[in-house]
Amino acid sequence: MTSRSPFFFAIFLLITAGLALAVLRHVELGIPWFEGEQHPVWLVEARIDFQAENRPVMASLNIPDQPPGFQLLTEQAASPGYGFSIIEESGNRRAEWSKRYASGAQTLYFKVQLVSDDSVGGPIPKRPPEAERMFWEEPQATAVREVLQQARERSSSPESLTRELIKLMQPENPQQNTTLLVSGTNYVELLTRMLNHAGIPARIADGLQLEDARRRQRLKPFLQIYDGEQWLTFNPHTGTQGLPENVVLWRQAAVSLLDVVGGSESQVTFSMLRQTVPALELARAQANENGLGFISLYQLPIEEQGMFRMLLLLPLGAMIVAFMRIVIGIRTSGTFMPVLIAVAFVQTSLIPGLVAFISVVSLGLLMRGYLSALNLLLVSRISALIILVIFITTGISIVGYQMGFNTGMTVTFFPMIILAWTIERMSILWEEEGPREVVIQGFGSLFVAVCAYLAMSAPLAGHLTFNFPELHLVILGLILLMGQYTGYKLSELRRFHPMKAYDQ
Amino acid sequence: MNWISPLRLHRAGILSMNRRNVDYIGRYNDRSSYPLVDNKLKTKLLAAEYEVQTPKLLQVVRQQHEISHFRELVEELDGFAIKPAKGSGGKGITVITRREEDRYIKASGASVSLGFLERHLSNILAGLYSLGGTPDVAIVEDLVQPSASLAKYSFQGVPDIRIVVFQGYPVMAMLRLATTDSDGKANLHQGAVGVGLDIGTGHSLNAVQFNRTITLHPDTGLPLSDLRIDDWNHMLVMASRCYEATGLGYMGVDLVVDAKAGPLLLELNARPGLAIQMANGRGLLTRLRTIEKLKRPHFTPEGRVSYAMEMFGQ
Repeated sequence: MTSRSPFFFAIFLLITAGLALAVLRHVELGIPWFEGEQHPVWLVEARIDFQAENRPVMASLNIPDQPPGFQLLTEQAASPGYGFSIIEESGNRRAEWSKRYASGAQTLYFKVQLVSDDSVGGPIPKRPPEAERMFWEEPQATAVREVLQQARERSSSPESLTRELIKLMQPENPQQNTTLLVSGTNYVELLTRMLNHAGIPARIADGLQLEDARRRQRLKPFLQIYDGEQWLTFNPHTGTQGLPENVVLWRQAAVSLLDVVGGSESQVTFSMLRQTVPALELARAQANENGLGFISLYQLPIEEQGMFRMLLLLPLGAMIVAFMRIVIGIRTSGTFMPVLIAVAFVQTSLIPGLVAFISVVSLGLLMRGYLSALNLLLVSRISALIILVIFITTGISIVGYQMGFNTGMTVTFFPMIILAWTIERMSILWEEEGPREVVIQGFGSLFVAVCAYLAMSAPLAGHLTFNFPELHLVILGLILLMGQYTGYKLSELRRFHPMKAYDQ
Repeated sequence: MNWISPLRLHRAGILSMNRRNVDYIGRYNDRSSYPLVDNKLKTKLLAAEYEVQTPKLLQVVRQQHEISHFRELVEELDGFAIKPAKGSGGKGITVITRREEDRYIKASGASVSLGFLERHLSNILAGLYSLGGTPDVAIVEDLVQPSASLAKYSFQGVPDIRIVVFQGYPVMAMLRLATTDSDGKANLHQGAVGVGLDIGTGHSLNAVQFNRTITLHPDTGLPLSDLRIDDWNHMLVMASRCYEATGLGYMGVDLVVDAKAGPLLLELNARPGLAIQMANGRGLLTRLRTIEKLKRPHFTPEGRVSYAMEMFGQ
């Protein structure tokens, strides 16, 4: 007697591998367990307005590049008559519109969908930036030196220096030096210049506060310093380190936000909307970027995806047939005929499918009665039966259509060859074992087919089998396990009940 | 609804369908031996080599055009049986008991024409009754005349004896009697009566029809309790020899008793049914386990039979 433990171990491995892979993909790719799970997404629209001056126009907008805390889902430009492209050069991304000739008021749109994702950090510069040398004129030069001196005394690191500097520059603690500096200049730019002077690489980043259904918003400047590893963001007014929630950094590199050649009075405004998208679509959009994405079927063309959707349901039906036959003990006509019928039911929906199936089979049985009197050879009899089945289905479709039931057409989804063989088998069964057995097997098959249909048409089943194809390893394991089931079938508990009399 | 708990079934040693398939047929029956039993013609030829008698082979119809030879053959015959070589479960077997001029009388009493028989042969050749619908051959055999002592119990048809042989040991046996319900066929699920037989003596133990215990034959009204099979030891040895012939560890051997020729092998079955347990009122599993635990199996059919008669006799 061979030991079965390696077999059970292999099945255990199969099932755990399937489950583990599914969990991993759920966690890593964010594929939801249930259909219809929603995730919030920000739709941000940048609107560029300018006056064209009757000459070639070229508009270039800085667009987000790895904004910290967000993931870019989609990018889209709407601008009739303009050529559009996205250009990446020396670490910053720009959207460029161009047109040979334009005049009058022009409006260009650029839309992005952003998902908040805390794991995303800002871009890491390829070459560490260096502090720029700054030149100050007197009396600012002295003021800067003194303010920086104060801040340096109270701090120990670039971060704390930045915080202290911001505090000193606030109007609440007025000093001669700071008032002199702040008056008449751009405050945030002043800060970056001072920090650069202090040997700390600093720049301005423009952020956008995301609030639902806001229109005509403008970018707010934030201060960024480089601490030797990454860019850190500070609120230039409060000195708070870190990016507030729901702020997306639209522009990080220190280049212009918008350049328009051939136009004037240009401006950019932003409007935003909070949307929800199914978590599944989100996962699909992100699948390409992840290493685990290769297992998923999302990369296939849509048509093939539809085919796989159906194909991947079959194992579920096969498992139900195996369970019904091995554990319950329901007799069916033809081993996997019920699965194929169930697949047809998925296309036709249940009630029309049942009606069509029963009418085709009963009409076929009637005609088969005549065929059996003709004494034909088996192959030609089956072939004749296939043709008859096609006639019957055509007839049902046409009659159904004339009577106004479009569902009559769906009868063509039934596999003709399988129907012909079912009729042949039923007919032989009728002749040999009597109508009772035909009814038992016929209803057994239909019952199993309906169970398989119910399982296969459940939205959850379709969702799980398609989005977690690795779960089929679990189904495979369960089917193999059933193949080793040596216990009693449910039907045997009834069949052998007279044994009570002998068991004392 | 009548149900029995799985625990009680297990205690009674009832072999389940799944266990039979996995633990016995799957483990002890070599696939390559299946054609020997699934093809009645091969079984017949093989049995002859091992001195197991079978009904006399009259003709083999292999091709459509050979059906004309059949017409010549039946001119001289009164009774015969037509069987598909690869048929299963008694499907496609037509037994003609006698002739009335140009009509042939079936075992059930219905009369058929020569044309019907030819059509039947053509169906068999096309594979209508064979497993998987593969092309088949038809064999025409001499009619078995059942011995009077057994024939009286059966309504029409020939009573046959099914012996389950495990590793060459006959473990359980039953007599199958046709009834009106079973239309002259000896299949239990079609309504034939199954009479459990004591392996030790060939005495009847218990009888069932449609899974229910009965004491009298439903058609002939004869009591089934004091039935006894003659020449029992010889029949068990015949069954046991089939193990050497086929190498199948778990099989059903179907025998008939001919009035003149004595016990004959009718067919072998690599997937014998479970109804024999009901007819005996005993489970197979306990007996199969007894044989599996044997440390020194017997090498001769006679040795195995005497061991089985001692172990499993009542």
